[in-house]
Amino acid sequence: MQRYSGFGLAKHALTHNENWQRMWRNPVPKKKYDVIIVGGGGHGLATAYYLAKECGVTNVAVIEKGWLGGGNTARNTTIVRSNYLWDEAAALYEHSMKLWEGLSLDLNYNVMFSQRGVLNLGHTLQDMRDIQRRVNANRLNGIDGEVLDAQQVKEICPVLDCSPNTRYPVLGASWQPRGGVARHDAVAWGYARGADALGVDLIQQTEVVGMRIEDGQIIGVETTRGFIGAETVGCVAAGNSSVLAKMAGIKLPLESHPLQALVSEPIKPVLDTVVMSNHVHGYCSQSDKGDLVIGAGIDGYNGYGQRGSYPTIEHTLQAIVEMFPTFSRVRMNRQWGGIVDTCPDACPILSATPVKGLFFNCGWGTGGFKATPGSGNVFAWTLAKGVAHPIAAPFSIDRFVSGKLIDEHGAAGVAH
Amino acid sequence: MFHIYCPYCGEHREENEFRPKGQAHIMRPKDPESCSDEEWADYLFFRDNPKGIHHEMWVHATGCRKFFNMTRDTVSYEILEVYKMGEQPKITAASRVVGGEK
Repeated sequence: MQRYSGFGLAKHALTHNENWQRMWRNPVPKKKYDVIIVGGGGHGLATAYYLAKECGVTNVAVIEKGWLGGGNTARNTTIVRSNYLWDEAAALYEHSMKLWEGLSLDLNYNVMFSQRGVLNLGHTLQDMRDIQRRVNANRLNGIDGEVLDAQQVKEICPVLDCSPNTRYPVLGASWQPRGGVARHDAVAWGYARGADALGVDLIQQTEVVGMRIEDGQIIGVETTRGFIGAETVGCVAAGNSSVLAKMAGIKLPLESHPLQALVSEPIKPVLDTVVMSNHVHGYCSQSDKGDLVIGAGIDGYNGYGQRGSYPTIEHTLQAIVEMFPTFSRVRMNRQWGGIVDTCPDACPILSATPVKGLFFNCGWGTGGFKATPGSGNVFAWTLAKGVAHPIAAPFSIDRFVSGKLIDEHGAAGVAH
Repeated sequence: MFHIYCPYCGEHREENEFRPKGQAHIMRPKDPESCSDEEWADYLFFRDNPKGIHHEMWVHATGCRKFFNMTRDTVSYEILEVYKMGEQPKITAASRVVGGEK
C-alpha cells in the first residue's frame, strides 16, 4: 500500500500526479475463502479490515452488489456520538467513539473526523428529565456529557432560536463535546484501502442471490458470478438484511424503511456544531463544503426503493426552520433516501443464527454510521472466534425471545 | 407522495391523511398463555419485510379514522389494491408469479 503523507503529496506534485497507485485491487473471486462478508458498506469493510488486522484472518472476501460504500454509508448525515442510555448500547457506541478518535492515523487515511460537539435539545419538562437521566447514565459509563440550560445552548450555538417565543421553546440540551461528524465516503474508502492492503478481496458488482447450506452449516453463497465457498459468512447488508435472511430460511425482527436526508446550497460558516432535536424532529450540521446537512425521520411504510415521501421532508424542514429561523430562505440542493433496517428496540443485531457459520450484523436502523468502527471491530472478533464478542453478546437475536431488550427509543429512536 | 383510496370514504386522498401501521393479517394468538416464548416473540417482533409484494395496514388518521389493508410493492411503491379489514387480498406474491402481471 502506498502510504499517504505531506511529503508524498509534494513528491507526486513534482511528477505531475501520474504515479498514484489505485487504492484497491479489483480481484477475480477465488473459489473459497475463510470468511465471506456480504455487503461492502462501511460496516462490512470495517469488519474485513479488523478481521485481517486484529484477528489474523486475511483470506476474506467482501461481496458487494453495487460499488463500495454506495448504500447507506453514502446517504447518512455523518453524525458521530456515543451518548446512549443503556449500559450495553453505551459500551458499543463508546467503543466505536474511541476507535474514531484514532481512525485517521490507524488507516493512514483522513476520515475528517471533527469533534465539534453534539447538542440534543430538550423542549419540554419531560425532555429535560430524560436528558438529565441520560447524561447521568453516560457519565457513570465514562462517556462525556453535560446538561445545559437554554442560555448555555445559545452560547454554543448562537444561530439557534432559544427565545421563549417559539412554539416549542428550547429549555436546554445534552451536550457531548466529543461527538461530531466524519466524512462518510472517506470512512468506506479508508477501510477498503486498509483491508485490501492486508489481502482482503473486495468484489464489487457481484450480488449474492442464494445461500448454500448443508446439514445446518453454511458452505458458501451463490452469486451473480457463480458459487463462492466459505464456512463463515457475515451479512452486513442494512436494509436488505431481511432479503438475505430469507435466502437462508431465517426471519429477522426487522422492517426496512426509507430514511431521507437533504443538503442545502453551500453557505458561509454558520453552524459549527451538530444540533439534534427529537421533539420537533430535525437535525442539522454544516459540512466543510458549507452545505447544511439535514436529516429527516423515517417514512413509516416499508420500502426498498431508496426514496421516501415529500410530507416527511416538509415536516423536517418545518422543524429546522422553527429551530433556525435564519435558514428559512436557504435553498435545498439535493434530497435522497436510503433504506434502513429498524429493530423493535432501536438497537442493532450482532448475532449468530440457527444456521451454523452464518452471522448477521444488522438492525442499525437510523443510526449506524456512528458505529461503523466499533461494529466492524466487534463483529470481526465474533466471526473469527465463532462466539460473540463481549460487547456484542447482549445484541444477540435471542433477546427478542428472552425479552431482554435494550430499549434505546428514548435516546436513539429518532435523531441521528 | 401516495394518493390513497380509502375503502370506507370511497375517495382518493393524499398521503398526509393516512398513517402506515405495519404488516397486515397478523393474528393475535388465541390463547397467549399457552404460547411458547418463540411463538410470542414471532407474534410481537418478527415480520416478513418482503422486497416486493407487501400486505400492510393503514389508518385514515385525519379522515374516517378507520383501519384498512393495502397491497403495495415495496420496491416500486405502487399501490396494487386496498381492501377492508377482514377481507383477503386478491393480489399476492404467489398470484403474481403464477398469473403474471395483475
